Amino acid sequence: MRRLVVLLLAVACGSGARASTQPDITLNQRCPPGFEQTAAGVCELRTLYQFYDSLENRGVGGTRTALPPHRDGFTPQQIDLGRYLFFDPLLSGDGTLSCASCHRPDKGLADGRPRSIGIHGEDAGRAAPTLWNVAFLQRFFWDARADSLEAQAVGPLYSPREMGNDPARLIASLNRNATYRRLFREAFPREAAGPVTERQVYAALAAFQTSLISLNSRYDRYVHGYAEALSPREIEGLNVFRSFVARCSECHTPPLFTNEQIAVIGAPEPPGRPFDVGAEATFGSPKLKGGFKVPTLRNVTRTAPYMHSGAFASLRDAVEFYNKGRGHAVPKDMHLYLHWHITDPHLTAAEIDRVVDFLGALTDEAFTPVTPARVPSGLTPIGHANRTAAVSARK
Amino acid sequence: MKKGLLLGLLAAAVAFGAGAYYGRATKQDMVISSTTSGASYGGGFKAGGDAAAASTAPAVLRSVAGPAPTNVVVVKDGESIQAAVKAAPAGTIVRVMPGTYHETVYIDKDDIRIIGVIEEGRRAVLDGQKKLNDAILYSGNSFVVENLEIRDYKGNGIMGQAGNNFEIRNNVITAAGVYGIFPQLGQNGIVEHNVVSGIADAAIYIGMSDNIHVAHNDVFDSVAGIEIENSRHCIVEHNYVHNNSGGLLAFVTPGLPIKTTIDVILRNNFVVGNNHVNFGAPGSTVAGIPAGTGILVMAADDVVIEGNIVSDNKVAGVIITDHAHAANITVDPESEPNSDRVSILDNVMLRNGYDTIKEVKALMLTEGKRGGALDIVRVGPSPGSCIINRHQYVTAGVGDFAECAFTNTAATSTYLLPPVPPRVIKPDERGKVVFLGICSGCHIYNGRMIGPPVQVIQALYLDNPQGIADYIAKPVKKRDDYPEMPPQDYLDPQTRLAVAKYMLDVRN
Repeated sequence: MRRLVVLLLAVACGSGARASTQPDITLNQRCPPGFEQTAAGVCELRTLYQFYDSLENRGVGGTRTALPPHRDGFTPQQIDLGRYLFFDPLLSGDGTLSCASCHRPDKGLADGRPRSIGIHGEDAGRAAPTLWNVAFLQRFFWDARADSLEAQAVGPLYSPREMGNDPARLIASLNRNATYRRLFREAFPREAAGPVTERQVYAALAAFQTSLISLNSRYDRYVHGYAEALSPREIEGLNVFRSFVARCSECHTPPLFTNEQIAVIGAPEPPGRPFDVGAEATFGSPKLKGGFKVPTLRNVTRTAPYMHSGAFASLRDAVEFYNKGRGHAVPKDMHLYLHWHITDPHLTAAEIDRVVDFLGALTDEAFTPVTPARVPSGLTPIGHANRTAAVSARK
Repeated sequence: MKKGLLLGLLAAAVAFGAGAYYGRATKQDMVISSTTSGASYGGGFKAGGDAAAASTAPAVLRSVAGPAPTNVVVVKDGESIQAAVKAAPAGTIVRVMPGTYHETVYIDKDDIRIIGVIEEGRRAVLDGQKKLNDAILYSGNSFVVENLEIRDYKGNGIMGQAGNNFEIRNNVITAAGVYGIFPQLGQNGIVEHNVVSGIADAAIYIGMSDNIHVAHNDVFDSVAGIEIENSRHCIVEHNYVHNNSGGLLAFVTPGLPIKTTIDVILRNNFVVGNNHVNFGAPGSTVAGIPAGTGILVMAADDVVIEGNIVSDNKVAGVIITDHAHAANITVDPESEPNSDRVSILDNVMLRNGYDTIKEVKALMLTEGKRGGALDIVRVGPSPGSCIINRHQYVTAGVGDFAECAFTNTAATSTYLLPPVPPRVIKPDERGKVVFLGICSGCHIYNGRMIGPPVQVIQALYLDNPQGIADYIAKPVKKRDDYPEMPPQDYLDPQTRLAVAKYMLDVRN
């Protein structure tokens, strides 16, 4: 039903019906929050973590540890063009979905569904991961099959189970749109003579996504020296989280709360779903059957349900999975090379509660991007941004 | 499962052995080297700047944590160590008197030293009563822990996450659940004079760390004695490693974010009778170690084995292998699976391999060796490896090792670095970063966001940065058209002032 309404709205508002009295859409000339605009006119990230170092520059460690190397250096115009593209349903095959349909600002830049739903209503197979802090990642998708944001973008854009577009149609529709042609020229001035290209689209989307930074949670304030930022229960939870009984931080390693490795944890599929081999397919390695990339836990309270296909509705259920015994959910006839940190920790119910309490301290949505009121296609921007919610979450 | 590590090797080993050795009818000529006169291993660590002399410095560094703080607090029996740590500023010695303490102590600030006081043999005892998870959890830099007794924890005795310049010394640790001492993701640390026993995984486990010195420890009755994993530039010397399932281990675990083990010197240790039944947890890497292994090198590069007394280890004195032969180990396309450039110098090896596993026996048969004794066995590729005075050992699979270009490691006394002073962050630098990282979510220079523009704030406060610093700690609602500002009192006064000054100075 909801989809039908969206479709009707899109038809009503779309196809060049934009009122001519509205001012032209322009690109932001300033860097987004968290970034410094350099003399060269590009945006560079600034965070207190840049005062720390990390072993072998890998960005994994403990409290005051540097972040991994990251992407930045895009211009404000590239970032803002990426924002318009991100929210514009023009990018999907039938004008009904934007990137923000599955990476909703009000759902932790995920979509709140067990698995995403594509333009024709199909189950996309896996859950939409959060986009917070993707600037720091080296691998993308649950099965780690892409090694850059640009390479990642072609997945959902052109998958018939997701946005269902194709490159020719996407590029043609952008080049037909005078506003987009102007904005792309502004964002890519050295290529202004030519038409909009696929590479520019992916670059702008990458530029925008690298601006989605969440590094000022209460946990971060604790790290930077304010011991009172965490409650006693949360500190108790932190100590369970990093203990060698629970071992959560061995893979969900600070400061990003992921070590970005593939882990075979033996999580179940939701009832009736076939087993997902995950990274086995990416690497052609049976030892990685059922392996998935360790996801970040930042803003994790905002991204239920959990695991690659949404098997757990609540965060507590997801935490409790690790306490139910090594391999308890592995199909009977299947052998998996379970990760060595998947054990049988016998945490108490109270310890599980404390871990969940601690995970709540990883929330920071202060830099939630603003959903544009209008997008160049004239279609209704798809997004659910709620600045008020973002502001109150900071308190 | 206990022999899982080597279960996969049977077919491959036999095939390999056949190819490599059946064609070789005569014994190699005997090459005799003197370890007191030959060239010395140059060491694998080349630091930049002031630390350049570290690897060749004749003086042994005794400390990496820097000068001892003068601030001292005393914790007495019945009081809480954690309460003292919590109240202590960075740069404090927390002196712990003899007594029994049931707590987990976590240290997330720099330069805290927890020093037990031993009175006529009575120590400060941390007793987890098999209920608490870990005894000591630290993430601060320049952390020192000495003279404690730690027992009956479910997780680790002493666990570090990313603290640099640490010293873990003179502690007695029994029956910690997983690891006795486990510094992880740190650089420049000393682990010495600890007595660690009864540990279900490794007694001392150096994980993903650089520049570590492990010396003079007594480790026994554990699954693994001393384990160097995914770490670089480590020296393990003068330890007594006995009655574990495996004694000294240098290896790469696949699937970790730091992928290599490079440049590990295992020298002058006693590696004796490591035949304890393997009680490692199912799925753990060490559960695959054959009980009876003296030294195990798996996928680690540039490992030097010198001057050890390796005796009475029933499977083998030294096993050199790769990931492919480790049946219970996952794969990682980014991990190089072979043990490259292993160097075996002179060691004393006695009565090893007297009851080895059948896969190794099969390999020995291919070389025409009867079994009953085995000092060194290599399975899987080990390119660039070398050995001196090979005739003294009973070996399998090392026939094509070259002669080493050096005979000793005397020139490399330590990989420790001088204490690195903490980085001083200039206030203006901090002010800018805090503004951009925190304040810029609501304030831009000359436009409306959630809060008023910086220009407007500048006009209000002019030369009064302290006014801003005070206001942001405890804001009151001033403007009907803006939401109330959340307090920023988690920033310390100096940081608030630095931010305020930055806001007043910024011009775009």
